[in-house]
Amino acid sequence: MLFRRLSLELGAGEVCHVTGANGSGKTTLIRTLAGLSDPYAGEALCEGSVGLLNERIGLDPEQTLGGALDFWFALDGCSDRMAVLERLRLSELVDVPVRYLSTGQRKRAGLARLLGQKADIWLLDEPLSGLDTASQALVDELVTQHCAGGGIALIASHQALVVPDLRTLAIEDFVVPPEVLS
Amino acid sequence: MIARLLKRDLAQFFPFAGGANAGGGAGAALPVIFFVAVAMLYPFAVGPDVNTLARTGGGVVWIAALLAAILPLDRLVARDIELGHFDQLRLRGVTEEVMMAVRMLAHWISFGPPLIIAAFPAAALLQLEGPSLHLVLIGLLAGTPGLAAIGLIIAALTASLRAGAALSGLLLIPLALPILIFGAGALARQDQASIGFVAAISLGLVALAPFAAGAAIRAVR
Repeated sequence: MLFRRLSLELGAGEVCHVTGANGSGKTTLIRTLAGLSDPYAGEALCEGSVGLLNERIGLDPEQTLGGALDFWFALDGCSDRMAVLERLRLSELVDVPVRYLSTGQRKRAGLARLLGQKADIWLLDEPLSGLDTASQALVDELVTQHCAGGGIALIASHQALVVPDLRTLAIEDFVVPPEVLS
Repeated sequence: MIARLLKRDLAQFFPFAGGANAGGGAGAALPVIFFVAVAMLYPFAVGPDVNTLARTGGGVVWIAALLAAILPLDRLVARDIELGHFDQLRLRGVTEEVMMAVRMLAHWISFGPPLIIAAFPAAALLQLEGPSLHLVLIGLLAGTPGLAAIGLIIAALTASLRAGAALSGLLLIPLALPILIFGAGALARQDQASIGFVAAISLGLVALAPFAAGAAIRAVR
């Protein structure tokens, strides 16, 4: 068990920054909210489509960036492919196989996939790690815009986020004390 | 949407047909080459006696097909778990059963029909002619979907294991025994009825596999 008595409700337009040490359960919380793992007790409810960005970006390493993204764009019915690629400064990289991308470029590719999905709820697991300063600012901007449009974002990150009306959830407050586990 | 998933899965197994793929090697060709290589080596090992070859050749084709079916297993499921591909599909409301059914179909297309085509040169090397060749071909047609189904279940079950690739080969062999017994048995008795059994076993496995494999990948998530 990682944490307990954790209760959180986010409404349209809200951003929540989840903080906590390595291994404290940020990724587990996000996977639980995405419905990919079941909570031991309690429940997670999401109303609306959910977009997930974590270290597994879901793009085939053997494919070109454009080809890999097009698979998801087609599935999600994304029509503004060019705009999304421009926004994340990936236009020049469309013909490069995903396995040749650098860490930061891969992260931006994941963000492009997320942006194309047009999901109501964004669950971002360490979206800023590996990104340069300009790209970090871009993430802040994308999140701000997403929430201004009525979207919800829950972001686990060790870096500071520059987003208006940011709520914070410190997972440490809900960690199970060791004596309970023994 | 199913068509898109199938197209993408097939591009994984046929890298050269995927168009956009930069490099991936001869993934799908490997089982077929392996299959023909076994058929080619066999006459060298037992001698070129026509009667011996004609009597035992059918069984060799079946063993070669079984072993060729093992080759693609290591990247059948584990890779897409690593990539987060299944997670992303799940978020879009695709169930694990659908993902696995599509994957099974793609897996079969990538090795079943190529193997049946490769059975012609293999049969020539093993002196299989006329009714025997006919039985091998319809036997493979009936049996390879079952092999694909077993392969998928095993690949899904072993996806989270480090030694999954080696283990999946060991696991497939006993599970594939019924298909082998009836498929190769049809040749010994020159009896089409056994092929019916092979088809029935395959059908049962194909119906079961998406649920078993789906449950397996849900469990490792």
